Amino acid sequence: MRQQAFRGILRLEIFEGEHTMNAVVLAITGLVAIFAGYRFYSKFIAEQIYQLDPDFETPSHSMRDDIDYVPTNKFVLWGHHFTAVAGAAPIIGPGIAVIWGWLPAFIWVIVGTIFFAGVHDFGAIWASVRNKAQSVGYLTGEVVSHRARTLFMIVVFFLLLMVNAVFAVSIAAAHVETPSSVIPVWSAVFVAMVIGVLLYKVRVGIMWPTIIGTVILYAVIGLGEVFPIELPAMIFGLPPQAQWILLLFFYAAVASMLPVWLLLQPRDYINGIQLFVGLGLLYGAVLISSPTIVAPAINSNVPASAPPIFPLLFVTIACGAISGFHGLVSSGTTSKQLDKEPDARQVGYLGSVGEGALALIAIIAVSAGFASFGEWEAAYSDYDNFNAIAAFVQGGATIASNGLGLSFTFAATLLTVMAILFAGTTMDAGVRLQRYIIQEWGTIYDIPILNNSYVATGLAVSACLLLAFGATPPGAPLGTGGMAIWPLFGTTNQLLAGLTLLVISTILVKLGRPSRYTLTPMIFVTTMALASALIGLRNYFNNGQYVLLAIDIAIIICAIFVMLEASSALMRERRAAQTPAIGK
Amino acid sequence: MSTSRPNTFRALLKEFYEAPYRGAIARAKRDEDDLFMLFVYAELLGIPNPATYYTLELQPILLERFHEWHTRMGLEHSPLDHFRCC
Repeated sequence: MRQQAFRGILRLEIFEGEHTMNAVVLAITGLVAIFAGYRFYSKFIAEQIYQLDPDFETPSHSMRDDIDYVPTNKFVLWGHHFTAVAGAAPIIGPGIAVIWGWLPAFIWVIVGTIFFAGVHDFGAIWASVRNKAQSVGYLTGEVVSHRARTLFMIVVFFLLLMVNAVFAVSIAAAHVETPSSVIPVWSAVFVAMVIGVLLYKVRVGIMWPTIIGTVILYAVIGLGEVFPIELPAMIFGLPPQAQWILLLFFYAAVASMLPVWLLLQPRDYINGIQLFVGLGLLYGAVLISSPTIVAPAINSNVPASAPPIFPLLFVTIACGAISGFHGLVSSGTTSKQLDKEPDARQVGYLGSVGEGALALIAIIAVSAGFASFGEWEAAYSDYDNFNAIAAFVQGGATIASNGLGLSFTFAATLLTVMAILFAGTTMDAGVRLQRYIIQEWGTIYDIPILNNSYVATGLAVSACLLLAFGATPPGAPLGTGGMAIWPLFGTTNQLLAGLTLLVISTILVKLGRPSRYTLTPMIFVTTMALASALIGLRNYFNNGQYVLLAIDIAIIICAIFVMLEASSALMRERRAAQTPAIGK
Repeated sequence: MSTSRPNTFRALLKEFYEAPYRGAIARAKRDEDDLFMLFVYAELLGIPNPATYYTLELQPILLERFHEWHTRMGLEHSPLDHFRCC
């Protein structure tokens, strides 16, 4: 009877809102788990599966040209691999996922970081390094089939389209929600350009521009509080959200065409500094203020508009658990700069651990940053119009102001600026990459006009705008409802991750090594992606979001073909591996 | 020894700044250099160049880069009749 009473209290305490768990416990448990994953699981994978060889001559040495192929210090390489992959997604995804309770999100982030993301990112670097630093897309053609490679390029294009659209929608919503963020965010563009000119043209040393630039960046946050900027309620029938989306894409188009040394390079640099400062501030604030988790571990009162936790949890949190986008980064630039093969473990796996840490603090912010369960429940009462960045900012600012003594408004503006800068730099790079893809299509299919930078950029931005505005449900103000893209973005991201894991698995089978450590995550994420896409079909059709419906159908077709190509490639390699034994 | 750590940190920070875009910047510079090569050798390729008076003296200096340049431009063999680099 006592045991039953205890269980009843535990259920009431933990699962039904009145929670007394301390966020420090969650933070420490999570960090210990993912670092243990790095210490033990990544070591096992490095030694037994990928079998890293310190004497292997990496492409940075064998193909060194001091331009793309340059051996780089592993700490520097880890730094820019981590800052390249860590964007707004590890904040938005967990921010949304806590609608089902903090526990499922926490478990997926921890398990995903250790057994999925770590193996995926690490493996993508290893596979690329062992194949002359070729990209995962190229390897897909070599290892699986040319059809799979075509699918890969299509999926990459859709992914870029979606990431640009959803981040534009998120930034626009953040500006509308937090008008004090406008001046600091756009000042960062100006600060970045000044740093770019000082370092590239004037050739000053790195330290003073870094220190002064960072100080200015945080100083203008105060200016933003004094001069909040709100766009007019309606211009040409466009609400503020839509106006911001147009401005953002105009900016992204211009930024993608400027010389990289002037804006993209210094912006990425500032972004990296922001990331480390932000992580330090938030974890420090949690340790000092020891906030209580008020969100339920499992939410028994999920809003009716929310999709089912299974399979949507696994695509809602992509970055922070596993993300195909990271494979592009790993095999795009990181593999070309890897000094020694064993560095891949630190750069790839530890990069995933860093992103898991960012996702973890986002979970803590939205679980422990509200004053009470009632306040949390009010914030999470509507899935369709939920603003994950706003929830993260509110929760994180509460924790930061309690722990570090900052004013709530200052902390809220600081976190909004941080999230927006993360999303903004991804948009800059994303539009640029899309332009390259379109120009490449112009070369491949002999359509000269596509080689024109302005035309290619215009097409890329137009496609993103079509998606960002096309996601608006009928009758809603233009530019709203864009977060409906998020599950589709997660689905596509996971599909790309599945493709990368397939390539790694096929290489392992060819080498006669165990493939279950990459094949199991591959089957899981691809199945979840396909299941989520099928659920999305019904939702998008019912909501009249036909643009998203069309993309969803395309993703489903790609997912089915991926699975067929996967089976075919693996069966082929298994037969090839068994042939000498059959001949004996 | 006491000044080596700040210098090491500064060097790492500089590398952190430069490494991600080193390739893109080098390729952009190479594109500018390729355009300049076209200006210098334009008259020899049959393209009128009003600045020939100024670029003529650069031709022998840039001749070493000519083979690499024409290969990159998609010309399998040297386009110049009097100069066969390949």
